[in-house]
Amino acid sequence: MSITLSATAAERVQQFLKNRGKGIGLRLGVRTSGCSGMAYVMEFADTANSEDVIIETQGVKVLIDPKSLVMLAGTELDFVREGLNEGFKFNNPNAKNQCGCGESFNV
Amino acid sequence: MTLLNIAEPGMSTAPHQHRRAIGIDLGTTNSLVASIRNGNNMVLPDAEGRMLLPSVVHYQSAQPARVGHTALAQAQADPANTIISVKRFMGRNLRDIAHAATLPYAFVDTPGMVSVNTAAGEKSPVEVSADILKSLRERAEESLGGELLGAVITVPAYFDDAQRQATRDAAQLAGLQVLRLLNEPTAAAIAYGLDNASEGVYAVYDLGGGTFDVSILRMQQGVFEVLATAGDSALGGDDFDRCVVDWMLQQTQLHGLNAQDSRQLLSLARQAKESLSDHTDVMITTTLSGANQFSLTLQQTEFWQITQSLVQKTLAPTRRALRDSGLSVTDVKGVVLVGGATRMPHVRQAVAEFFGQAPLTNLDPDQVVALGAAIQANALAGNHSEDQVLLLDVIPLSLGIETMGGLVEKIIPRNSTIPVARAQEFTTFKDGQTAMSIHAVQGERELVSDCRSLAHFSLKGIPAMVAGAARIRVTFQVDADGLLSVSARELSTGVETSVTVKPAYGLSDDAITRMLQDSQAYASEDAEARALRELQIDAQRLLDATHSALTEDGETLLEAIERKQIDNAITELQQCLQATDRPALRAASENLNRATTEFAARRMNRNILSALSGRKLADVGT
Repeated sequence: MSITLSATAAERVQQFLKNRGKGIGLRLGVRTSGCSGMAYVMEFADTANSEDVIIETQGVKVLIDPKSLVMLAGTELDFVREGLNEGFKFNNPNAKNQCGCGESFNV
Repeated sequence: MTLLNIAEPGMSTAPHQHRRAIGIDLGTTNSLVASIRNGNNMVLPDAEGRMLLPSVVHYQSAQPARVGHTALAQAQADPANTIISVKRFMGRNLRDIAHAATLPYAFVDTPGMVSVNTAAGEKSPVEVSADILKSLRERAEESLGGELLGAVITVPAYFDDAQRQATRDAAQLAGLQVLRLLNEPTAAAIAYGLDNASEGVYAVYDLGGGTFDVSILRMQQGVFEVLATAGDSALGGDDFDRCVVDWMLQQTQLHGLNAQDSRQLLSLARQAKESLSDHTDVMITTTLSGANQFSLTLQQTEFWQITQSLVQKTLAPTRRALRDSGLSVTDVKGVVLVGGATRMPHVRQAVAEFFGQAPLTNLDPDQVVALGAAIQANALAGNHSEDQVLLLDVIPLSLGIETMGGLVEKIIPRNSTIPVARAQEFTTFKDGQTAMSIHAVQGERELVSDCRSLAHFSLKGIPAMVAGAARIRVTFQVDADGLLSVSARELSTGVETSVTVKPAYGLSDDAITRMLQDSQAYASEDAEARALRELQIDAQRLLDATHSALTEDGETLLEAIERKQIDNAITELQQCLQATDRPALRAASENLNRATTEFAARRMNRNILSALSGRKLADVGT
């Protein structure tokens, strides 16, 4: 039960953290909202909470609360470019349905 | 499919509720758009990876307008429909535009703001700017993956209310919500994080393609106040290119080049200039039409030499801004460089020498304003927990009223921070005067005729009193939006009247610069003119007083010979009154004064006698 970052995603996260000048890693999570029930959370992490599961992947520290981890297990986070737009994309094997925009999902 | 970005801790948005905000540097020559993504502040490039969008729009009939590089490519072939440097026309009337006749546009003197007749119909500067903004908005929406919450757009610190409003209108027309208009120097300071730095005074030196601006900012408790601005609206990197072209022509002895060759030389000059920022010499080789070939080597030292006068030219406004702010170079804590032309080492060196410290240069000087705007936009969109940066503005030119003799009495000096209110008391000039005409003017000169008229109104219902007895308080108030209201109030009766005007409406920065330069160039003439006017006013007052005294008591108190002396003195003074010979005027005034001294004394005695006659000493004593 783990979470992985693609090489591109890891490189970007490290770069963004470096530019930001502070932060210990990347916080991933899931919260209930959105058109398909659940939404991804992706934030810079400045502090770790006691219950956080910390996964080191590709040199990046990923912090996840245990409840979210259930929904995210096996997910690969990728960084892609689509035309002028670029950003992160969750490849989540747990997601059964996604809303058209891909911002929310259900399991 | 939406791609996700990393948010600040606790600032994640709900799906479909993105707070995408952008910063736009809407420049005279080039425009940029920047945004903060994944905690990263970056200028958004176009599909070809270019950061700068030339601020150029080309209009064609029955086809969409071209914006940017493709429009610029049409500038030679179709100059009348290719609008360049539209920022200079924002909020301006036709008569405000310097050298309108030399520009290739069919200007239309439309009310409120000038328009240009193009193949696609009449276009106002607001519409042209909107086309530029629309292109940036589309780029941002594509890059950020969706609709924008809003934009922070930068404007020069000296932009007046009309120009700021025109910029807002353009944004609205382009489908952008303006979160705030931000002064360019302040945006640059924010980009360097000076709002988080220690309090103090900072200078922003902005040498762009065609304009030079320098601003003195004070940062206090995270608030930037623009203390003073100065500049030269016709000085920029393009002038350095022209210097290199002149040098090339001189070296090669070429004359009478056609337009295409001139353009080629100009673009070679620009490349040479840019190359000389990192190299000690550059080889310029080209083949012009008619198989004219040449190959030249330009040394960095020689380039510095031929353009040194341009660099020096920027220091005069810098000195002026500093003087206006009432500060000296030792008060300046940091210097920010803005504009591509500040990449030139000798410009940096001159700035460093002037301020006695190395300027901040680690951000790209072309991008620094857009990056600062993006930071502000991000904060205003609610993506940033820190307090937003507030801003204060200044008025670009002094505001005052006309006093007797066409003189200007300044009430609010230029560079006062707004909002501001100032009051001054005035009085009547003639006996029994019951109305006063108030004429509000703007400018630095001593005479009304050299300043810009803003508004006329009259205060009526002043009780009849002797000249100088009435007290009329005139109050000037400029609110945070730059709107001026003037009110006049007679203090004994409380009668009041007021008017609201837009101070700098329709005044171009060229005009502002010219008015400021004139005020310095003509300082001695103005002082002379003021002295003459004051003498004339005193003389007129003396004549008026003598006339009324003569009418009352001329028959009873004067011998014929004395009367004749006074009449002669009056005639003499009247003759001098319109001339510009100050010594003669002063002499004639003194002459009339002397001639009437005895007469005045007799009137005084007679009046005292009549006041005292028939009254007891006890009544008079108290």
